[in-house]
Amino acid sequence: MSLDDTGYTTPDGRTIGGVVMEMKNITLKFGGVTAIKDISFDIREGEIRAIIGPNGAGKSSMLNVINGFYHPQEGEIWYKGARRQAMKPHEIAYQGIARTFQNIALFNGMTTLDNIMTGRLTHMKSGILAQAIWKGAAEREESANRQKVEEIIDFLEIQSIRKTPVGRLPYGLQKRVELARALAAEPSLLLLDEPMAGMNVEEKEDMSRFILDVNDEFGTTIALIEHDMGVVMDISDRVVVMDYGKKIGDGTPDEVRANQEVIDAYLGVAHD
Amino acid sequence: MPEQLLWGMEAAINGLMAGVMYSLVALGFVLIFKASGIFNYAQGVMALFAALTLVGIQNGQVPFAHLINAMFGTEIHHFGWHVPALLAIILAAGVMVLFAIIVERYILKHLVNQEPIILFMATIGLAYFMEGFGDLMWGSDIKKLDVGLVQGINLTIDEVTYDWFGYGFYIDNLDISAAIIAAILVGVLVLFSQYTKQGRAMRAVADDHQAALSVGISLRFIWVLVWSIAGFVALVAGVMWGAKSGVQFSLSLIALKALPVLMLGGFTSIPGAIVGGLIIGMGEKLFEFTIGPMIGGATENWFAYMLALLFLVFRPQGLFGEKIIERV
Repeated sequence: MSLDDTGYTTPDGRTIGGVVMEMKNITLKFGGVTAIKDISFDIREGEIRAIIGPNGAGKSSMLNVINGFYHPQEGEIWYKGARRQAMKPHEIAYQGIARTFQNIALFNGMTTLDNIMTGRLTHMKSGILAQAIWKGAAEREESANRQKVEEIIDFLEIQSIRKTPVGRLPYGLQKRVELARALAAEPSLLLLDEPMAGMNVEEKEDMSRFILDVNDEFGTTIALIEHDMGVVMDISDRVVVMDYGKKIGDGTPDEVRANQEVIDAYLGVAHD
Repeated sequence: MPEQLLWGMEAAINGLMAGVMYSLVALGFVLIFKASGIFNYAQGVMALFAALTLVGIQNGQVPFAHLINAMFGTEIHHFGWHVPALLAIILAAGVMVLFAIIVERYILKHLVNQEPIILFMATIGLAYFMEGFGDLMWGSDIKKLDVGLVQGINLTIDEVTYDWFGYGFYIDNLDISAAIIAAILVGVLVLFSQYTKQGRAMRAVADDHQAALSVGISLRFIWVLVWSIAGFVALVAGVMWGAKSGVQFSLSLIALKALPVLMLGGFTSIPGAIVGGLIIGMGEKLFEFTIGPMIGGATENWFAYMLALLFLVFRPQGLFGEKIIERV
């Protein structure tokens, strides 16, 4: 694999583009605790990029930095070729970054359909007054958005629960609805915080397939955090390994697997 | 038809009308509770403040007149103009929006992610502050509110019922207007929350702050929006109650009447607030009419609370509230 500004080609033949997001020397502190210490890495267009590490390594903090929930004390974030200024999380959504959460964060009172529709908010233009006055235009907009949502519902195979309030759904399906809501925003960068946490083997397989399909079908760039090493090594193109807030490895799954520091810190010593 | 039955019917209809007024107040509570999980203790005081502001603007009263006079030894009380009712209502609504912005900026913004009880305490503080502030701004005397709504007996109903039953029902015109205005208000609110993008965003914020942020919803904007709407509902309730019984500081106590309505209807349901208000309004009047004489009357003071207590025992989520399911 060669890395340059024009990208690279994966072993399975997909072409990865230029850098979408670059983190430069990010340091994040909470009072006296340093959650992230001088970390740099990049995410390329069309890539599935994983961030792994033991508990408390600072993975979720990193995702929250990308997402704008946390503001790093030091370092620069470059997004689509420009340095990003400190923004509020809801403004980040308008920049085309969508995410899911480690502990599912859905709108429990709403149906699956309504939940996914909220994902379209960044694509809705008409304001309150416009919706009251030009009802026609607002309706057209609503139905165009609705069509996109239906496509995603078909794609993730959740047609049967369209009208079900999400609070009643089993865990695995809730995770899938959350993914659907993030996808509905048609993000240029999709962040997944432990998309397979708490799932059984079958659900994990389904979720892996959906992540790969999303990447393949829509060309979505994906950054994900995951604990399940098998899954991470299977689906991701490049992996960042964190430990105690520091980056200890970065590269293809094979490179990471061979990295002695990573083996010591996370995978443990191999026993045959 | 026997006279007793006719009187009972009249009491029931009047009860329904009074119920609409309760619903109006309860509605303000439900809106804020649904959208932000805050039980807004200040809703009653907001109605009072809105009504005071409306009367003040209408009569061209100088805000803080007492304070200004005391400080500078002047004798100003009125600007000497009268603002037409409709313009005054629009201006008062504007003041309530301003109030919403201030509440968000100086209270809610600092309490993000706090426990509901903390936010509840904040609204108690807000209620006392506003009561004092309203007093300071507009004075504490009882004021008459006249926005051009017809008051007194509705003669058409009186005549029609007299022709049918040989007994004319006494229905107040003001109550009828209140019912119509409440119906329109509820209709608009339901349409807004179900069919607009801001309405959907409002429901989203009610469910999960983090998730709402992640899909691009600005919490601060939604809070200002919700408190503005609640302020507007408070204005409507304040106008109706003010027109009925004058604008006075006891107006803020109508909030207490809204509590049993909420327990009956459920804290999270707009239809619940309406139906709850109607049931309590009608139940109160009918109970007073049928049982009242046997036990010495004055049942209207406690009937609503007793009913609410029964509901708390047998159906704590209210008639329309979401059933509380705790996953274990």
